[in-house]
Amino acid sequence: MLVHLRRSLVMAAICLVFFGFVYAFAGTGVAQVLFRFQADGSVTKNGSLLIGQNWSSPKWFHGRSDDTGPYAASSTQAGGDNPLVANGHDGESAATNLGPRSKVLEANTKELVVYWHKLGVKPTIDLVTTSGSGYDPDISALDATVQIPMVSKATGISPAQLRTLIVRQTHPAQWGFLGSSYIDVLQLNEGLAKLEK
Amino acid sequence: MGFFLTILTLVVALGLTWRYLGSYMAAVFDGRVHFLGFIERPIYRMLGTSPEQEQTWKRYAGALVIFSAVSIAFTYIILRIQGSLPLNPEHLGNVGSALSFNTSTSFVTNTNWQNYGGETTMSYFSQIGALTVQQFVSPAVGIAVAIAMVRGFARRNSATIGNFWVDITRCLFYILLPIAFIAGIIFVGEGAVETLAGTITFHDALNGVIQTIPRGPIGFMEAIKQLGTNGGGFLDQNSATPFENPTGLTNFLSIFLLLSIPFALTYTFGKMVGSVRHGATLLAAMVLLFGIWVGFTANAEHQNNPAVAAAHVYSPVGNMEGKEVRFGDTSTALFGVSSTMTSTGSADASYDSFTPVGGLGLLSGMMLGEVTPGGTGSGLYTMLVYAIIAVFIGGLMIGRTPEYLGKKIQAREIKLAGLAALVMPITVLVLTALAVSLAVGRAGPENLGPHGFSEILYGLTSQGNNNGSAFGGLTGNTPFYNIIGGIDMLLGRFAIMIPVLAIGGSLAAKNVVPESLGTFRTDNGMFVGLVIGVILIIGGLTFFPAISLGPIVEQLSHLRFF
Repeated sequence: MLVHLRRSLVMAAICLVFFGFVYAFAGTGVAQVLFRFQADGSVTKNGSLLIGQNWSSPKWFHGRSDDTGPYAASSTQAGGDNPLVANGHDGESAATNLGPRSKVLEANTKELVVYWHKLGVKPTIDLVTTSGSGYDPDISALDATVQIPMVSKATGISPAQLRTLIVRQTHPAQWGFLGSSYIDVLQLNEGLAKLEK
Repeated sequence: MGFFLTILTLVVALGLTWRYLGSYMAAVFDGRVHFLGFIERPIYRMLGTSPEQEQTWKRYAGALVIFSAVSIAFTYIILRIQGSLPLNPEHLGNVGSALSFNTSTSFVTNTNWQNYGGETTMSYFSQIGALTVQQFVSPAVGIAVAIAMVRGFARRNSATIGNFWVDITRCLFYILLPIAFIAGIIFVGEGAVETLAGTITFHDALNGVIQTIPRGPIGFMEAIKQLGTNGGGFLDQNSATPFENPTGLTNFLSIFLLLSIPFALTYTFGKMVGSVRHGATLLAAMVLLFGIWVGFTANAEHQNNPAVAAAHVYSPVGNMEGKEVRFGDTSTALFGVSSTMTSTGSADASYDSFTPVGGLGLLSGMMLGEVTPGGTGSGLYTMLVYAIIAVFIGGLMIGRTPEYLGKKIQAREIKLAGLAALVMPITVLVLTALAVSLAVGRAGPENLGPHGFSEILYGLTSQGNNNGSAFGGLTGNTPFYNIIGGIDMLLGRFAIMIPVLAIGGSLAAKNVVPESLGTFRTDNGMFVGLVIGVILIIGGLTFFPAISLGPIVEQLSHLRFF
């Protein structure tokens, strides 16, 4: 019994040092040397490429509805592009966790459909649903295409130019088959900002 | 087409892993691999043990239980005092006692149920020193138990089943560490964050958004989280967040990692008992059930979400509520089934928002007892328990003394196997009944109607099977759920491990009966069917009434919302 206890304490200490600190510090060292940009969070001038933002003006392409309409960022409501703090609201990564027969989900979706129709957009599935992370940075090419009338009207850029931009910004599924094809909303809007100049 | 290629690539990759990782693991546990001897030997010296000092099953189990208790204590203490420890850039306070109990139990039992949001609760010190450590140690302990049980079949007239300390040391250094480190580099290269520099705040001049985003040593934790079938992520939303799981490739890598050891252990088993065919038989039963579950869950997620369809938005790309665009519906379903059928419990979407049948796929995947292929180690040893029961039932049908790999299966083994197989369903169902009977339990679910019941049932099934995934709408961070969850996880782990080691000890002591014409074959298609039957009867039928009240009602209540 005592010998088990002594060995357990020694083994727990060895594991704490080796599989806790040596592993994490060596990993961080290697990561920082080989992939500094990724390891620091893929941060560019206007934010992280991997973290969705709230694009509320019709001048910009919008992302998933994580922070739109009924899900507008607040500290109590789940959802909201709220990685930790966004525009002064506290939060953490969160999904709505609403079930497939939830009245709340049905009502929220209807509210979002109205929201999009007001902007002159016929919404697609991604535009009326929230993501798993609560800050999905991506939309599909179709999600961007249906927003062309809205963006074109607000910015004066021709629909043809916007379509070209969308095609250029569409990433195919990785290796051609892993996951889905997507557009990074931040990159798309940075491309849009260049067109405006 | 993309999904078909994903499956094809996965099958090829796992096939190679099964063959080569499987035989490598057999070599490691037989003591034929020595390239890290310079680390291994000093550890044995510090522990005062050596590979030659073998243990009886009782001493093996004693070492395991005391080491696990010490691990829970270490983890608990770190969480309780994290406010005074270094590596805490956000100055997070100490974790409360009920939550610390639940979390330390959760990580030591390989469950990784999380009643907390990682980025707002755990300091870097806790993530590294308390949680990541257990993500290495708990799979090593599970694999050690499986190997000890396999030795019971492989040895003759032996009083001992191996040395616990040697088994976990070898597993940690030769198997988990090298694979996790390489996978960690890939995760970070694809975009997973790995830094100790704390949060970052920036201002987007285009839209006026100011964001503060959490960071941390995430990428390398991610690697061992998947490889060790742990599932507990750094961030609250787990593998759905781009900082943990940035691309289609990392999503695929996650699926591959969490399936690799559980499947490969069937080869290790076959190799160690001298009949790879027996390992392949168990593999076939696992793969068949796994394939069926992937099929119907992916199909269910490719349908419309009823609540979204009620708003007249129809989807050509499946149910996207709670899912990420870069993964899509079917890859997410594949991830979900892989994660729930391996006792991993990581999530690249909100499982709570799966369609009723999709959610049923995840829930019932756990209810089968985590054997298809199950957790690291726990999958194999629970599968062997089912195999013993199958041999017994098969033997009764044709009127012969049941034997498995030449070992007579007698009253003692059957009693222990029965105990090991029944602990989980009894624990889960009794605790679920308790939770729905008490006001504190009913206060947990966010959703109303049958889905609320599903949230409670899912939570306790997940913890009882040491899975750790959740229908996230359940508010688990209450004293009630923290404590019954802790009990659920402890019973689901140790009340199965101890009878399993006892079976190993009892089998090791027996001699081998020579095979004869009358021996019931345990390495053919008939036996695959028998094992699948036992799994479905124990898992499926036991839980059928409970499932009927949850996902099945939900699926059948057409056009009704709650």
